[in-house]
Amino acid sequence: MKDFAKLIKKLDSTNKTTEKVAALTAYFQMANDEDKLWTIAILSHRRPKRPVNTSLLRIWATEISGIPLWLFEESYHIVGDLAETIALILPSKEYSEETTKSLSQFILEIIELRTLPEEEKKNYLHENWLALNYFERFVFNKIITGSFRIGVSQKLMTRALSKATEIDEDILAYKLMGDWTPQKTTFKKLILEHNEEDYLSKPYPFYLAYAVEDNFQEDLGSITDWSFEHKWDGIRSQVIIRNNEVFVWSRGEELVTDKYPEFQKFLSVIPNGTVIDGEILPFGNGEIGNFNALQTRIGRKNLSKALLEKTPVILNAYDLLEWNGEDIRQLPFIERRKILDRLIQGINSLEIGVYLSETMSFNTWEEAAAERELSLEKRSEGLMLKRKDSPYLVGRKKGDWWKWKIDPFTIDAVLTYAMRGHGRRANLYTDYTFGLWHEGELVTFAKAYSGLTDAEFRQVDAWIKRNTLERFGPVRSVTPHHVFEIAFEGIAESSRHKSGVATRFPRILRWRKDKPIEEANTLDDLKALIPK
Amino acid sequence: MDQPLLVFNEKGIYCQQADVYIDAWKPVDKCIITHGHADHSRWGHKKYITHKNNVPIIKHRLGEIVVSGKEWNESFTINGVKFSLHPAGHIVASSQVRVEYKGEVWVFTGDFKTENDGIAEPFELVKCNTFITECTFGIPAFKWTPQEEVFSDINNWWAANRAERKTSVLFGYSLGKAQRLLKHLDPNIGKIYTHGAIENMTQVLRENYEFHQTTRVTRDTKKDELLGNIVLAPPSAHGGTWIRKMVPFVTASASGWMTFRGARRRRAIDRGFVLSDHADWDGLLTTVKETGAEKVIATHGYTEIFSRYLREEMGLDARTEKTQYEEEGSETSNKEENDISPGLSDPQQTKINEDEK
Ligand SMILES: [Zn+2]
Repeated sequence: MKDFAKLIKKLDSTNKTTEKVAALTAYFQMANDEDKLWTIAILSHRRPKRPVNTSLLRIWATEISGIPLWLFEESYHIVGDLAETIALILPSKEYSEETTKSLSQFILEIIELRTLPEEEKKNYLHENWLALNYFERFVFNKIITGSFRIGVSQKLMTRALSKATEIDEDILAYKLMGDWTPQKTTFKKLILEHNEEDYLSKPYPFYLAYAVEDNFQEDLGSITDWSFEHKWDGIRSQVIIRNNEVFVWSRGEELVTDKYPEFQKFLSVIPNGTVIDGEILPFGNGEIGNFNALQTRIGRKNLSKALLEKTPVILNAYDLLEWNGEDIRQLPFIERRKILDRLIQGINSLEIGVYLSETMSFNTWEEAAAERELSLEKRSEGLMLKRKDSPYLVGRKKGDWWKWKIDPFTIDAVLTYAMRGHGRRANLYTDYTFGLWHEGELVTFAKAYSGLTDAEFRQVDAWIKRNTLERFGPVRSVTPHHVFEIAFEGIAESSRHKSGVATRFPRILRWRKDKPIEEANTLDDLKALIPK
Repeated sequence: MDQPLLVFNEKGIYCQQADVYIDAWKPVDKCIITHGHADHSRWGHKKYITHKNNVPIIKHRLGEIVVSGKEWNESFTINGVKFSLHPAGHIVASSQVRVEYKGEVWVFTGDFKTENDGIAEPFELVKCNTFITECTFGIPAFKWTPQEEVFSDINNWWAANRAERKTSVLFGYSLGKAQRLLKHLDPNIGKIYTHGAIENMTQVLRENYEFHQTTRVTRDTKKDELLGNIVLAPPSAHGGTWIRKMVPFVTASASGWMTFRGARRRRAIDRGFVLSDHADWDGLLTTVKETGAEKVIATHGYTEIFSRYLREEMGLDARTEKTQYEEEGSETSNKEENDISPGLSDPQQTKINEDEK
């Protein structure tokens, strides 16, 4: 446990990827197999089930610390992380002896703990909390309460593991997929043993687009060199069909085949040795739906039949990377598209759930701009520009793919509630709720906590402290007085929101000091922005 | 009923009987100043009264002002009200103000800490009836480790960076924290360089305090000569062009806010050392208890939470008063620790600290 806590501390105290990888590699070279396996499990979000519910954790931590529960809750709100709060408020370590229990020992105890009566759980926590130093305690709490968010992606962990084991990263990534647990396998079996199938699902690195810059038209040369497509908001994915199996990879290079059982149908119409690049989109009633719906579906662990029926998805195919088992990324874009078009056109899209992302060509930028104006109507985010003769590159390389998005929506809203920020901003009211006029009242429509400079946040904060109407725990309602221009990326009807509208990525664009609250927008103004 | 001895009005903490303000935030005729941080010593008062060692500090910051310097414990009486200054231990020459009238004693802490930091005159406990206190770190999540441990970490960090031939850049406020760091850096490890703002302030303090030798980073300072050495810089220098000269460098910040894991990451600093010039939770509680005060007024920090605790758990008559310590926005120069915006990497956010350079 000592070494694992030190590892986490090191990972937590650097922003540099190379240092994180080095720390992890060193750990993987030194730890025993059980600890390595559990470390991999934890860093790939396979933690043991929570043995104690968090309200009991809070109560026991406050009992030991001798502080009232309300003070714990206030502190928690300020710190912003339960494991961290508990580690901070507990009294200092009681024993000078260092813990000798290993990570896997701790985890097995924690798994066992789940089955014990409450009194024994409490005793176990009490004893271990006071035997650990601050950071070990934090790590211990993290194992009990939730996943580690310490800026270590699975990819980064895989890279370190690759360095430590000298096994290819992509192969390791594949080995780590699926529903293994440390209790069902061993480090040797999972990582070290060779398996021919490991190569079967290997995706190609994604090519990523840049947003266009000002006056980009001049830089791109002749418009006829460019192919245009609408860009919809979904999950960028590669679908691989090899050896009578379907593999779906998301852009985070995560194998997500299980999340999209409907794609198994591809096997019937797409030949082996095919890799398609495209976007997974929500698609109900014959049209592209809102991303919110897809997000709900992604969030679910279990895909019930009802959910699958409620939120159907399609693959919107826009590139072909492998054909007849051959890597064709070096072919010009339009050549790859010709093959793709032929393939998809021969398929019954509605039945199979794979569509072709339509390509367009324009003779003038005015024509292209006019098409971009149709984005809202088509529910797209704008246009993609791809150079017709370009190969499929790796990663983010400027030049061949561009995003030409539509401008965000904006609306003027009134500040109605404020909540304290976390950490650095814990002293300041920086999380705001905004309302729009509806029948003479302000109806809450969005929350936002970014977009102002620190100086502006301080000004607003000082104002809030002087103009509080009511307090509800950490939240204050304030006198309606300030108008802010709020920008957001998407908008859809929603029954879960009081306003009846859900917005995507709302943020503060500017403080409209020039506007009295009477001139803020109405809820009807907002609803008018919903694409019909 | 008589008016309370000290009231909080729109200009500051006011003693009507003596017609004197303490740490006023708007210009007034006569003002007692607890310490040199900008939110406590503002510009524009006609007459300043402060500890004598604080005189050069506020003159450096505010220019030519009319100021009278007092000794510790030296009492001065104005219209029957007896005032005296007592060390607050917050930064060099920081005072608590004791106010006595007709047998009733009030104390205002300004900012304070209970740990002896080896440079600020150590905190002195002053008994009183009403205690007006800061509570910047007034929640139980804040518990300081003894500074010896923190400084040993800091020196080890510097030595490790030196071994890798990297420049260590350590951020701390130019008045107070910077000199505390300077005092405890180990000059056997390497040479100590300073940012101009820190060098200027340190020069002012050398009149009354002893510090290791420092070298100002100037336009002519060569990148190579900095390698392996340490540079003390104000937080605002982070993310600016000034720091680029130091490449390859490693950054660290020393502040109470570094308690929070998130704080270090949000500021894009490599290492955070938890080191504060304010009292921690236990320090605040112990002090409140030991002053024997039956009334407590919390002025800045987590005031609501802290006073509720004093009321409900300690049975004290505790309340909060609104002040403008730390609440002031971008106008403030030379920020101190309880400021919330020290040097961010985001250029948009860094600009508000330009005045500190
Ligand atoms: Zn101060």
